[in-house]
Amino acid sequence: MEPYLGGSSLMRLFELNAIDVVNGIRRRDITAEDYICSIIERIKALDGKINAFITPTFDLALEKAREIDKRVEKGEIVGRLAGVAIAIKDNICTLGIRTTCASRMLENFIPPYDATVIERLKREDAIIIGKTNMDEFAMGSTTETSYFGPTRNPWDLSKVPGGSSGGSAAALIADMATLALGSDTGGSIRCPASYCSVIGLKPTYGLVSRYGLIAYANSLEQIGPLAKSTADCALLLSVIGGYDPRDSTSVNIPLNDFFQGLTDDLRGLRIGLPKEFFGEGVEDSVKRHVWSAIHVLEGLGAVYEEFSLPSLEYALAAYYIIAMSEASSNLARYDGLRYGYRVEHDDADWSRIYARNRRIGFGAEVMRRIMLGTYALSAGYYEQYYLKALKIRTLIRREFEEALKRFDVLIGPTMPLPPFNIGEKIGDPLTLYMCDVLTVPANLTGYPAISVPCGFEGNLPIGLQAITKPFNEDLLLKISFALEANTDFTRRRPNLS
Amino acid sequence: MSAGKKHVSKSEVEHIAWLAHIELTEEEKELFTEQFNRILDFFRKIDEVDTNNVPPTYHVLELVNVYRKDEVGEPLPKEEVLKNAPRREDDFFKSPKIV
Repeated sequence: MEPYLGGSSLMRLFELNAIDVVNGIRRRDITAEDYICSIIERIKALDGKINAFITPTFDLALEKAREIDKRVEKGEIVGRLAGVAIAIKDNICTLGIRTTCASRMLENFIPPYDATVIERLKREDAIIIGKTNMDEFAMGSTTETSYFGPTRNPWDLSKVPGGSSGGSAAALIADMATLALGSDTGGSIRCPASYCSVIGLKPTYGLVSRYGLIAYANSLEQIGPLAKSTADCALLLSVIGGYDPRDSTSVNIPLNDFFQGLTDDLRGLRIGLPKEFFGEGVEDSVKRHVWSAIHVLEGLGAVYEEFSLPSLEYALAAYYIIAMSEASSNLARYDGLRYGYRVEHDDADWSRIYARNRRIGFGAEVMRRIMLGTYALSAGYYEQYYLKALKIRTLIRREFEEALKRFDVLIGPTMPLPPFNIGEKIGDPLTLYMCDVLTVPANLTGYPAISVPCGFEGNLPIGLQAITKPFNEDLLLKISFALEANTDFTRRRPNLS
Repeated sequence: MSAGKKHVSKSEVEHIAWLAHIELTEEEKELFTEQFNRILDFFRKIDEVDTNNVPPTYHVLELVNVYRKDEVGEPLPKEEVLKNAPRREDDFFKSPKIV
């Protein structure tokens, strides 16, 4: 592929970080059109083999880029994300742009409104470059359950990119987008961030509006940023975060300044290392890379101590029971009446048509979770499964609360193993669920968590996870910044030419 | 992996599928029965935990009820509302036969 030679510049404009794009456009060093064209050429050249996008939006993007250039020429002030190409996970509603949840059920669904996060991006002049691939209804950790085929990991096309926001993370590291949005119900931002070597942050529950996010498990999920630098991640979070009256679980407190703390002075930082995050089932190679990152943080003034969170052993089972229960209720709305898949011959009675729409509209993993959730909530089992899981959630919360009195932050790996082969685990649901063991606690507690690139095993990325107290995202970004400034992992790119 | 304890039978899986409004083939019934038993076996690990006197956490925020003012807003235009309907008749969604 010929690199795109945008306008007067010989730079590969698609490589720029968001902050440089915005500054370049505002100073008229580059045009939004040249930059967007270079991103479009990049997607056309690469996405045939990666499959990160379900619906690219090139025409709309170009139109918006030209409009921004005109406004800059006229001397108008353009937004904080002016011109930046952002990839949007396909479970976030976009006005007039197909939003599929990677499901046959919503293959032709065109939302009549924008999610709040999309409104906020538009207000700051961001440019939507496309809707990204994901596990169907965000139910998975590999992006293999998509109705539109799996996304491939740009570091090794035979490996999974992680999931469920796999398309967003793969698009970023392949320089097919400059920023991306994902959603995280049990690790769906952090897992692909780890597997593709980008920064991914799950905000505190309630920090980012879920209005317009197609629901899977309401009490667990948050929309969050994925980015190629810490400063870009901070910028995106500052745009999408904040109170929204249309989401009744949105919290009405002022947003922190996410840039203020971006230094690598970690003197006095107390790091807790939960033994369970380095226990059985976590591969040695993963532990080794996370430990070397901990030593980097130690060299910058942090102190660490190992300790135990005994209830973590039960977190995964509790998580899946709660997530499936909520899913069974949320996905009951897909009846093929007001929107969604409807069988051609629908002259049989209502309940048979309903059941047939759903068997054809949903893939196997979605059916599995709806049915197991239905079971866990049904008469006679509710107390044994659902209620018991909610009580364990309380125990886990209490342990995290106590731990974060002693420590400022808890650190461990994001994923227990490096990226694995496409097809390797998909036939065995339970084995695949086990991959989420280190990410689900942050969703059960509602605490914020980040995944930051911290090493490579061969050419496969490893991510470090940091978890902290509610509404302390600035501390997570500080740790990310410290690692970015003192290692080169965030700057590495896969060889895709 | 061993099959573990039998938590659900094939006919119970049929019943769950009926509750969830999902039609299943015979092969799917067999496969899901086997998979559900293994997954439920794993879920039952939570039985080990003593949760006497522990309250459930339905939600992580200390929210009770959030009300908004009962004010009439701007509704979506009728065409927008009906745009995604697989079948419609005039200004209505067209449902399959109910009775």
